[in-house]
Amino acid sequence: MTNQHKLSPFLKTMLLLGLLFLYIPIVSLVVYSFNDSKLVTVWGGFSTKWYASLFQNEQIISAVELSVQIALASATAAVTLGTIAGFVLARFKRFPGSSLFAGMMTAPMVMPEVITGLSMLLLFISMQQLIGVPAERGFFTIWVGHTTLCMAYVAVVVRSRLLEIDQSLEDAAMDLGARPLKIFFVITLPLVAQAIASGFLLSVTLSLDDLVMTAFLSGPGSTTLPQVIFSKVRLGLNPEINALASITVLVVGVLVIVANYLMLNSQRKRERAMAAAMRESSAG
Amino acid sequence: MVDAAKQSASEKPYLSIANIVKKFGDTTAVDGVTLDIQRKEIFALLGSSGCGKSTLLRMLAGMERPTAGQIILDGQDITKLAPYDRPINMMFQSYALFPHMSVADNIAFGLKQDKMPKGEIDARVAEMLDLVQMRKYANRKPYQLSGGQQQRVALARSLAKRPKLLLLDEPLGALDKKLRQQTQLELVNTLESVGVTCIMVTHDQEEAMTMATRIGIMSEGQLLQVGTPAEIYDYPNCRFTAEFIGDTNLFTGPVVVDEPDRVEIEAAELGGRIWIDHGITGPKGMQVWASIRPEDVRVDRDPVAAGPNAAKGSVAEIAYFGSYSVYHVKLGSGKVLKAMVPVNRWHEANLEPPTWGDQVYVSWRADMPVVLTR
Repeated sequence: MTNQHKLSPFLKTMLLLGLLFLYIPIVSLVVYSFNDSKLVTVWGGFSTKWYASLFQNEQIISAVELSVQIALASATAAVTLGTIAGFVLARFKRFPGSSLFAGMMTAPMVMPEVITGLSMLLLFISMQQLIGVPAERGFFTIWVGHTTLCMAYVAVVVRSRLLEIDQSLEDAAMDLGARPLKIFFVITLPLVAQAIASGFLLSVTLSLDDLVMTAFLSGPGSTTLPQVIFSKVRLGLNPEINALASITVLVVGVLVIVANYLMLNSQRKRERAMAAAMRESSAG
Repeated sequence: MVDAAKQSASEKPYLSIANIVKKFGDTTAVDGVTLDIQRKEIFALLGSSGCGKSTLLRMLAGMERPTAGQIILDGQDITKLAPYDRPINMMFQSYALFPHMSVADNIAFGLKQDKMPKGEIDARVAEMLDLVQMRKYANRKPYQLSGGQQQRVALARSLAKRPKLLLLDEPLGALDKKLRQQTQLELVNTLESVGVTCIMVTHDQEEAMTMATRIGIMSEGQLLQVGTPAEIYDYPNCRFTAEFIGDTNLFTGPVVVDEPDRVEIEAAELGGRIWIDHGITGPKGMQVWASIRPEDVRVDRDPVAAGPNAAKGSVAEIAYFGSYSVYHVKLGSGKVLKAMVPVNRWHEANLEPPTWGDQVYVSWRADMPVVLTR
């Protein structure tokens, strides 16, 4: 037992090196965001001026706004469609073309984004020529592209959660007189709520982060945050970007910690209740 | 027993299952089952896993659509009725309690689907909670309950709608052995006090024998025998039933003498003949099996009169069970015969109990063996 808990010096060193490798870049990024100097690599004293200039940079502010809007819109659409698809994948075992459907559903995950992006671009161009819709590339086209990508992830997450759930719960609801649609909303949906929530968060992250597909689908008036960062970095590193990245790290970090805390808390509560029930039954 | 038989002949059956078949692709899960159930009966479908008993139960619940056949409940053809339209409720093996609802909400779920007024729902839920003695747990969530408590909530939920037929799928399968024995009688008492007609599915013969008024033995999709627990144990109609219910010794051989008052079977493995003191109807020379229960076999240290229904052997194994021991006696042919010997058998005769390797003589009365033709 004690052997398993005590790490050998070698393992400890490797662990430390691994953690350093992962986190030194992020720490240095945060540290240099408070750099007074205009040069990213030279320390010129402490300053928060890059944060101030960041909040005055309208290009970045509007890019953040657009990115967040797209992320929320495509996560919502992806969760709606992905949940339905995941339900079909998990519960409708065999129907004509079911394996084709399963393959098509997961294709956006494995397909290189360059290919997906390019093919969508071609689709939108020919649609525009044929029926005039979409009139231009921008919010709508990016939204469609991101939804396609995120939907696949949501479907996979929801499907695996549904497979974990005892199907006799749905059978029991039907046996007690509930019709299929009602069962879906009253029994199935509450049981997969956590999977849907994590699918939503995953979709937001994927959409906020996406650069390649967005590059194909965005128009002149619509530039997302990753695009702005990418174009700025190409012109040379700028401490403003460090400040932006630090804020991102902070936001993501807080979200992850809060989510973890909530999940652990409910799990502990549940375990305590189960232990209490067992004690009670063995005592009585 | 005769009365029950007469009654079932005159009264129309409450539930009538007629020639039900269920095929999954090429495999036949249920192969032409016909069964009548009387009102307020507790019927057990008994069989090993994969025998089709669960599929039959799911067809009664409406979860599976029969390939052929008909199910009539209380005069209504329900063969093609959807599960949510059937006056049948089921208690699931895993209990299938909705984890996100309280005990009271679980019990009220079915009533809410019927659009019952709220006051009536509350009254019925309270009644059900009292029935299973779970009133003080009404606001708990299922995960806050022990296994036995979950089972009681599941029972209350399946009884709440006052179903015409209650289906129980391995009702106590999720409980540990000690709790299971306590719960068997408690469950039967509850079911009888409510007076609901029940069909339960189980692979546990003890559970079926304890709880059911009648048992149906299933194997490979077919219903082999239906009867009261005593009928099935004393008069099995086939080798499967004889071996599945309790323990038995089977000998096979041709019928060599078939008189109205006796049958003789030439059993090669016994090295002699088996006498049975009643006739059978069948051609002479027909291959049959004789089933002899271990508790009907007598073990002696001294030679018994040579003749039918007796053999010589040596003790190969002794399993001690407290009030009795099971002797495994190896016969001359190599066949091992099991004999259940009460512990005071030897004390009363002032004899030293036989031990491993000892020579013993086994015998049984001519009215003990049951002749099986399949």
